[in-house]
Amino acid sequence: MMDPLLDIENLWVRFPTRQGVFDAVRGVSFTLGRERLGIVGESGSGKSMTGRAILRLIRPPGRVEAEHIKLDGVDLLQKSEKEMRDVRGERISMVMQDPKFSLNPVMTIGDQIIEAYRLHNNASKSEARSKALEMLGAVSIRDPERVMRAYPHEMSGGMGQRIMIAMMLIPNPQILIADEPTSALDVSVQRQVLDIMDRLVKERGMGLIFISHDLNLVADFCDRVLIMYAGRIVEVCDADKLHDAQHPYTRGLLNSLPRLDTPRDRLDVLERDPAWSDASSVSGRI
Amino acid sequence: MSMLNIEGLNVWFGRDRDRVDAVKGASFDVGTGESFGLVGESGSGKSTILRAITGLAPTWSGRITVDGRAVEKARPRAFYKQVQMVFQDPYASLHPRHSVDAVLAETLKLHGFTDIDARVAKLLDDVGLGQKFRFRYPHQLSGGQRQRVAIARALAPEPQLLLLDEPTSALDVSVQAEILNLLADLRQGHGLTFLMVSHDLSVVGHMCDRLAVMKDGEIVEVMDVAALRAMKATHPYSQHLLQASV
Amino acid sequence: MADMTLRQWLLTDTPTSRRHAKLSALYQGWLAFRSNTMAMIGLGILLLLVFIAAAAPLLAPHDPFVQNLGNRLAPLGSEGHLLGTDSLGRDILSRLIYGARITLYIVALVALIAPVVGLLVGTVSGYVGGWVDIVLMRITDIFLAFPRLVLALAFVAALGAGIENAVIAISLTAWPPYARIARAETLTIRSSDYIAAIKLQGAGGLRIITKHIWPLCISSLIVRVTLDMAGIILAAAGLGFLGLGAQPPSPEWGAMISEGRRFILDHWWVATMPGLAIFTVSLAFNLLGDGLRDVLDPKAGE
Repeated sequence: MMDPLLDIENLWVRFPTRQGVFDAVRGVSFTLGRERLGIVGESGSGKSMTGRAILRLIRPPGRVEAEHIKLDGVDLLQKSEKEMRDVRGERISMVMQDPKFSLNPVMTIGDQIIEAYRLHNNASKSEARSKALEMLGAVSIRDPERVMRAYPHEMSGGMGQRIMIAMMLIPNPQILIADEPTSALDVSVQRQVLDIMDRLVKERGMGLIFISHDLNLVADFCDRVLIMYAGRIVEVCDADKLHDAQHPYTRGLLNSLPRLDTPRDRLDVLERDPAWSDASSVSGRI
Repeated sequence: MSMLNIEGLNVWFGRDRDRVDAVKGASFDVGTGESFGLVGESGSGKSTILRAITGLAPTWSGRITVDGRAVEKARPRAFYKQVQMVFQDPYASLHPRHSVDAVLAETLKLHGFTDIDARVAKLLDDVGLGQKFRFRYPHQLSGGQRQRVAIARALAPEPQLLLLDEPTSALDVSVQAEILNLLADLRQGHGLTFLMVSHDLSVVGHMCDRLAVMKDGEIVEVMDVAALRAMKATHPYSQHLLQASV
Repeated sequence: MADMTLRQWLLTDTPTSRRHAKLSALYQGWLAFRSNTMAMIGLGILLLLVFIAAAAPLLAPHDPFVQNLGNRLAPLGSEGHLLGTDSLGRDILSRLIYGARITLYIVALVALIAPVVGLLVGTVSGYVGGWVDIVLMRITDIFLAFPRLVLALAFVAALGAGIENAVIAISLTAWPPYARIARAETLTIRSSDYIAAIKLQGAGGLRIITKHIWPLCISSLIVRVTLDMAGIILAAAGLGFLGLGAQPPSPEWGAMISEGRRFILDHWWVATMPGLAIFTVSLAFNLLGDGLRDVLDPKAGE
C-alpha cells in the first residue's frame, strides 16, 4: 500500500457553549489514499465538521484538536494561517452543497475562473482564459464560450455545481472534499455531476472525500465508507458491502428507507441506543 | 366519489413579456380517502399546483373542485377547514417567535373552536409530541419535531384534504421514516385524503395509491403505484425518472 | 420538583405554562445580554441617569435656577460648586442633574412616537403593496430628502420654539428610516412559509400584520432606535443650542452649551460639562444598542 495522501489521527472539534463544551467531532481517525472515501451520517453527526476541520475552516470559538492531520506526511496543524491559505485550494479543494453561495453574483463566470487560475498560477490573461475554457470543457459544459460570459444566477443548479468543480480543480489539488455536492440537484442531474467528479478523480489520481447523507448514493459512488454518528465513526466498510453493514445504526438507516421493490405498510423506525454515542470511534485507517 | 378534481389548470406568474407558465392544462382526480402523488423535478410545477389549490398562487385558470364544490378565487374560511397544507421546510414554516402552544391555539381560535386547551393537548398527542413540547419555541425543537408541529397545525381545523409539499425532503432518513409513518397513521385514523408532492419516487411509491408525473408544467402520465413498482411507466420521461432513482 | 432552583426553573427545556415559557425566554435573553460587558456598562449609565433624574431635588446641591451674579463663572472645584458656575452664577452640577429630566423626557417621547409611526407606515406599506406602498414610500422619500436638523428647524419655526415642539419636530424627522427598515423586513417576512401557513388558516391582513409581522420587526426597530438615541439627544441639543428647543432658563444640556459658548476660551468648563454629559449618555445608548442587537436579532440568535 502506498503512503496515504491524508492521515488523520484522533480528530476532535470542540465548541464552547453556555452549557459547557460541545464536541461536534470526537476522536475520529482515518486515512485517505487515491480513492473515493464516503462519509455518511445524519445531520449533526459531525460529517461536515470533519471536512471543514481538515482545512481548519472551523470558526472560533470552535477548536480543532488532533494528534495530527498529515497531508503527504506534513502536519497541517503545525502550519501557520498563512501557510494554510496555500493548502486550501492549492492542494485540498472543497465543493459545497449550494453553488449559489460559493460564486460571486456580480462577476461573470469566466472572470471568476480566470481570476482563480491566475491566483494560483503565474499566467497571462489569455493563457488563463484558454485554461478556463479547457476546464469548463472538462466538466462537460457544452458551450463554454457562452458560459464564460454568463453570471451565476443564469445557471441552473447542475451547471453551477459543475462550474464550482471546474474552479476547484484549476490548481490541480491532490484532494477534493465534496460536502453534499449533489443534494440540491435533481436526480438525473445528480448522476451527471457524479460521473464528472468520478472521471476527474480517476484521471488525475486524486483523493476524494465525499460527504453525504444519502446511503444509496455513497454505496454506489464511493470505494470505502465511514459511517458517523454523534461525532464518531461507528462503522467502516467497503462501499459495495454497505448493504451488508453490521452496526445497528447503519442497519437502522438502511431499513428506514422506503424502497420501490419491496413495499411495506410501515417503515422501520431507527431506535437509537445511547451506547452508540458512548462507544469509542472506529478507526478508518488502512 | 371524488375529493379533489382539477381540470385544465393553468397557473402563471408575472405579466406580458415576463409571464412564466408554471402549470399548463393539468387535469387529475383524487378520490375520497385516496393518497395521490405528484412527482417531477424542480421547476416542473408540482408545488405550484398545491399553491393554486390553496390560493397562495392567485393567478390561475381552469376548474378546481373540492368535495363537489367549485373553488372560487376568494376562499371563505370554511374552505380552509376542509383543505390544509404541510410545507416543505419545517425550519421556515413556523413563526420563530411563537411557541408551539401559540401556533396551535391561534389556528384553533381562527377556526372558531372554543375548547382550545383540550384540543391543543389532543393535537400534540395525535402527532406524537406529547405535552412537554407544548410551550417550546421552534428553536428548541429538532427538524422532525418542527414538522410534527406543522402537521398538528394542519390537522387543527379537522380538514378532509391534506396537501403535503415534500414534507420530508428537509429531514434525515430516520426522521423521514417516523414522519411518513405518522402521516400514514393519521390518514387512516382521520380518514384523510392526501395530495403529496415529492421528487422522491420511493417516498411516493410508499405513501401513495396513484401518482402523476410532471414535466415542464404538464402532467405527462398518471399511473398506479403498482405500475411504478413494476417499472412499467409508459412515457419516456417517467421511465427516465424511474431509471435515475433506482 | 421542590428542590429546583429559580435558575433551573427559568432555564428548563420543558416549560409548563405560557407564563413560564415567556419568563424563560426573557431570562435566556438577559443571560445573553449580561455576558456583553460593554452593553452592561451602557445599561448601567442609563439606569444611573434615570435615578439621577428621579432623585434630582435630593441630589442637586443648589437650586438650578437661583442666580448669584457675585459668583459667576466660578471654576471647577470651587467651594460649594463642584463643576463651577455659569455666566449667571448658577451651579452647573445642579443644572446638569435637573437637565437629565429634560433629556429623558425628550428621549422617551421621541422613542414613543417615531418608531411607532415608522412601524405602522412600513409594515402596512410592505404587506399591502400596490399603490398604498407607492404613496406611503414616496411620502417617506420626501421626508428623507431633507437634512434632519434643517427639517426639524423648519417644523419648530412653524410650530413655535419650546421643548414639546422640538420633540414633535424631531419625531417627525426621525420616523422615515424606521419605516424603511420595517418595510424591508416586512417584504422578506411576507413571503415566508409561516405567513403562508397562517393565511391558510383564513387569517386576515390586520391579524397577520399585528400578530405575526410586528413581533419580528420590533426587535430590529428597538435596536435601531437605541442606536439612534444618541443622534436624537444631539438633535435636541442642537435645537436647544440654536435657541429653538428648550427655552432659558431651562437647564437643557444643549441650551447650556449654547450659553457657555460665549465664554469657551476663558471659561471652558461652562460649555464642556454639559457636552460631556451629552457624550456620556449618547455613548451609553450606543453600547446598549449594540448589546440589544446581539440579543434580539433573531438571525444571529439561533
